[in-house]
Amino acid sequence: MSDPILQIDNVVKHFPITKGIVFQRQVAAVQAVDDVSFTVERGETLGIVGESGCGKSTLARCIMRLVEPTSGRIIFDGQDITALSRSQMRSVRREMMMVFQDPYASLNGRKRVGFIVSEPLEVHGIGTPAEQKRRVQELLEVVGLNPEHYNRFPHEFSGGQRQRIGIARALAVNPKLIVCDEPVSALDVSVQAQILNLLKDLQSEFGLTYIFIAHDLNVVRHISDRVGVMYLGKLVDLAGSAELYKHPRHPYTGALLSAIPIANPRVGRERTSTVLEGDVPNPINPPSGCRFHPRCPRAQSDICDAVEPALQERGGGHTTACFFPLERWPLTHEEMATVDRAAAEGVRREVAQAIEAALAPAL
Amino acid sequence: MSTTVEPSTSTGSSTEDAPLLDVRDLRTYFKTEDGIVRAVDGVSFSVKAGQTLGVVGESGCGKSVTMLSVLSLNTKAGRLALGPEANAGAEMEHYLLASKKHTSLSTGSAHFRGEDLLTASSDRLRAIRGGEIAMIFQDPMTSLNPVHTIGAQLIEAAMLHQDITKGAARQIAIESLDDVGIPRAKQRIDDFPHQFSGGMRQRVMIAMALINEPELLIADEPTTALDVTTQSQILGLIRRLQEERGTAVVMITHDLGVVAEVADEVVVMYAARVVERASVFEVFEQPRHPYTWGLLGSLPRPDAVADRLTQIQGQPPSLLNPPPGCRFAPRCTFSFGRCLEDVPELEGSGAGSHLDACFLTDAQKVEEAQRFVTAAATDESA
Repeated sequence: MSDPILQIDNVVKHFPITKGIVFQRQVAAVQAVDDVSFTVERGETLGIVGESGCGKSTLARCIMRLVEPTSGRIIFDGQDITALSRSQMRSVRREMMMVFQDPYASLNGRKRVGFIVSEPLEVHGIGTPAEQKRRVQELLEVVGLNPEHYNRFPHEFSGGQRQRIGIARALAVNPKLIVCDEPVSALDVSVQAQILNLLKDLQSEFGLTYIFIAHDLNVVRHISDRVGVMYLGKLVDLAGSAELYKHPRHPYTGALLSAIPIANPRVGRERTSTVLEGDVPNPINPPSGCRFHPRCPRAQSDICDAVEPALQERGGGHTTACFFPLERWPLTHEEMATVDRAAAEGVRREVAQAIEAALAPAL
Repeated sequence: MSTTVEPSTSTGSSTEDAPLLDVRDLRTYFKTEDGIVRAVDGVSFSVKAGQTLGVVGESGCGKSVTMLSVLSLNTKAGRLALGPEANAGAEMEHYLLASKKHTSLSTGSAHFRGEDLLTASSDRLRAIRGGEIAMIFQDPMTSLNPVHTIGAQLIEAAMLHQDITKGAARQIAIESLDDVGIPRAKQRIDDFPHQFSGGMRQRVMIAMALINEPELLIADEPTTALDVTTQSQILGLIRRLQEERGTAVVMITHDLGVVAEVADEVVVMYAARVVERASVFEVFEQPRHPYTWGLLGSLPRPDAVADRLTQIQGQPPSLLNPPPGCRFAPRCTFSFGRCLEDVPELEGSGAGSHLDACFLTDAQKVEEAQRFVTAAATDESA
């Protein structure tokens, strides 16, 4: 069933930090997204989770080419869009739209809803004004708003209704792919459920593909077919959502899962949660080797801090970037921290050989 | 439209003495250009010493204003003593509309160790706030003063309430930073708030709140601005400190998961009123109010059986002009004629301490809750 609508190859985005006013020189870079690759199948929902600052929004903006990736390729519907000019991009943007996090900031408060929703039609020169108006009213109905609210301003709507307006705008030009950047995190739980249901209904009605970015693991689990976990600019774990939540393989995924509060007082209080120590490191100067190693209970010296683990297939469509993936789940804190000695030696030897091989031509 | 509320009695086997904080029929109204906003409208609850009360509800349901009113932290607030039989709502509106001085008004009572905070003098209130009752706020970025070192702010808090020298206060400040898990507290005490991360700032806030060893800690969405891993650190910290010191905690949150993990008792608020009040197990296992069912149903769960979430239709009502009768009735799938006219009282169904404000029969409530609980049980089995 491989029919990718979007393919991301080794996308890197570094934001330079410069010094000097006349003679600017780059002194460092925020490594927001670093060497991320994945594909998105037509009609599926790919969820991306991670904590704030892990690069998930920057990745979304790279996919839309709202920020220019530093390197890497983005192939949308068989076409490499990384090198397209602005005018060439315009026709591609008809096929991919975005829904933003903040329904208060992402709608122009001085424009009427009709204008906001019809703007994509205008930009792409679709239809006469009368047709556009009909289309907008149809869209408002599709997202569960009253078509008569055409002439209202955004401030007359609640947060959930505004997010519906944002979704109507994204749907206006019949896109194939919608990138949702935290679409429900500003909403209350009952309204959040309404929007999640709406997104699911629209997907089955219009055959949409979603990239769904959120920090709430339960929300992502609910809506996604596959889920990728990002940490500090890297994609560390990627699997089908049932697989990822039942058998997390990366220690970070495990720690994230055990940090979600469970809305069941008996289950929640009995489990032993793995509390991660400390904060996410600075992306200007990320740790060497595996970026998670300073906080990882399984980190082994000379391996995890020396070499970066590659994303590897672990069976069941599960790819994980870790030398010592979790064997099963849930694990106690002690089990999390123990690594099979023999396996560690094996990996250590491999790592040493790999380093030697890499150095050999230089010698 | 007056709601008489069952006096809160600590029932059960334990012959507990009076609760630490006992709030009865609290009302807070605000005067705005558009009319009177009934932000808190007849709220009663109590907190026992050493326990955690979770107050849960969506934005705008009045959960924060309730706690601000208890501490008289509303600005330009008047306080009005009313007779027990008075039609409190109408009288308050009348007073507010006539008053030139006040833009908000609180009535009811909030007894803290037998002393009514709503009639206490401002000197007495100043001694209580930050001393016997401490509060932490949602946003650790804005609740610390950016132009003073955290040390200066902690020392100020200690010296306001304890008769000690600056040196001793500094020592206490360092100890309390140590307690909340800030590494190298001795050096970091002279840092400014911007030098700390979000999670660390919330730790500083907790250190400041606990520096005078309060008996009651009010935490208003303490982890909402934080990432999940940091959230679990902070919740663990609050729980540990509570166990060590026996502090009672009121945890205001919109996150049912947080409530399930930390609370002993739960108050569910909707549109300025309490709709359900019970122990945490009762609320999650035998919820009795349709709004609570809706809240629990709209939560995406780790192992959802249902493909669709049960959503609550519509929006919460405006508190300028709330619907008559049960405020949830317009959105409730179970509502019938009476719900739109009469106000349901918060009452128990027999001996238990499980209270709810709903006209459905006990049998209906039990049946619905049962349906819900079996669904949830299959959810969590994985």
